[in-house]
Amino acid sequence: MALRDITLGQFFPGASPIHSLDPRAKLVAMICYIVALFMGQWFVTYAILLAVLIAVVAASTVKPKALLRGLKPVVFILVFTAVLNIFYTPGEPLVTFWIFTITKEGVLHAFFMVVRIIMLITCTFLLTYTTSPLSLTDGLESLMGPLKKLHVPVHELSMMMSIALRFIPTLIEETDKIMSAQRARGADFDSGNLIQKAKALIPLLVPLFISAFRRADELATAMECRCYHGGEGRTRMKQLHYRPGDILFMLGALGLAVFIGVLGHFGL
Amino acid sequence: MSQSIIQTEKLIFRYSAEEGAAPTVLDGVSLSIHPGQFVAVLGHNGSGKSTLAKHFNAILLPSGGKVYVDGIDTCDEDRLLDIRRQVGMVFQNPDNQIVASVVEEDVAFGPENLGVPSQEIRERVDAALAAVGMTEYARHAPHLLSGGQKQRVAIAGVLAMRPRCIVLDEPTAMLDPVGRKEVLDTVKRLNREQGITVVLITHHMDEAAQADRLVVMHDGHIVADDKPALVFQNVDGLRTLGLEVPEPVALLYELRQNGVDVPLTALTVDECAGVLKKLLRGVISQEQI
Repeated sequence: MALRDITLGQFFPGASPIHSLDPRAKLVAMICYIVALFMGQWFVTYAILLAVLIAVVAASTVKPKALLRGLKPVVFILVFTAVLNIFYTPGEPLVTFWIFTITKEGVLHAFFMVVRIIMLITCTFLLTYTTSPLSLTDGLESLMGPLKKLHVPVHELSMMMSIALRFIPTLIEETDKIMSAQRARGADFDSGNLIQKAKALIPLLVPLFISAFRRADELATAMECRCYHGGEGRTRMKQLHYRPGDILFMLGALGLAVFIGVLGHFGL
Repeated sequence: MSQSIIQTEKLIFRYSAEEGAAPTVLDGVSLSIHPGQFVAVLGHNGSGKSTLAKHFNAILLPSGGKVYVDGIDTCDEDRLLDIRRQVGMVFQNPDNQIVASVVEEDVAFGPENLGVPSQEIRERVDAALAAVGMTEYARHAPHLLSGGQKQRVAIAGVLAMRPRCIVLDEPTAMLDPVGRKEVLDTVKRLNREQGITVVLITHHMDEAAQADRLVVMHDGHIVADDKPALVFQNVDGLRTLGLEVPEPVALLYELRQNGVDVPLTALTVDECAGVLKKLLRGVISQEQI
């Protein structure tokens, strides 16, 4: 099993204008875009949103193939949504057979729903493809900063996320090692039915958990030794700075959301 | 007291007892380490050497006696950060002390915690990476580095806090010979060039032999504290404690046991070769007469 091939966050390094945007600008823009998606009503609004998405994808130099690959796991949900919408939307009947009625509204509804989900997933993938997990975490921490006033442990959450990201490759390597060690003693991870396979994982999971706890303990001591005492009074080496381009991008996304909202209001 | 950077006075440590017996790990250890020294602490497993190290920056607090770091009592909780910025610590497992997923971000972790301004953090990180010879790896992911390189990153992470003293708790135990040499050379250079006090906890004799001063621990006591060359003279004494002397010393000791008059002060292979050369020349010239 090629455990090493697992990549998390699926970041494609690059130097495109989209890559170099501030992570916060990208996050805000993505939220605006998703809001806009849900305010769209008719072909006009979706055509505009699609055009914007295609323009951003083109600017990001991410291969469209990679984006389409991201859609594979949700095909089932797409089909399910489409079928439900086709059959359960009341309105002007198009075809009727046995107990099923397909309405004109149903077909349109289903179509828009599918388009909406596809565009939503594409735009979130675009974010993770063009932003390194580390800067994404930094961006989230900075955006959620105001929540600190409500005693939300923002710094702690982002520290946990970045440590998790740091230890994924280490733990994968460890899993590989334990699997080899258990195989050498005759453990069989690949054959048998589902229950047998699940049982075979126990000798893998127990040592993995024990070692993860030991690592956590040692890491905590090491962090304390390096004067870690929570987020208070902490500075950062790399500070996030909004540049004019980031502001423009965010304003553009906000403008788009408002524009689509107005068009949607008129049923377009 | 103001002279020494780390000072322990009759330090006693025992783990808090859950079921009656509380083993005493450190039993009256008095030690003072002066600025700029390179001190090795030697002892086999269970001798209390790691426990002692953990007292040097207030990870553990004494059950009895006192520990002072630069004159600050380690029990003084308000000054914990002052103590830890003076005395940095490097541990055995390099994987479990690297916090960030980019080398330079990890080195920046300490100064970030201390609230150093970003511009200065940048300077400190660059200087620390240069000091351990890892500048070209600044943007690499730590998990792709070798053990010796990871350990050097960990040392850089400590250096970026600008400590006066670095305590290394068996930093080479999980490394191959190449990694061991990398780490030890780095530590020695830092001690020599930047005057940083180094406390090296180890069970490798050859590493201990390179220090200015060697402290031998056994059963929670200090049993020897002197220049390595002098400590290793006591071959029988060390062997009764279950400690072996460096190979050159062992060789010379065997020769001595067999009636050859050689000094036991040669710690490295080169010094030993020098002694043997002199001896052989002597033998040859005697035969010629």
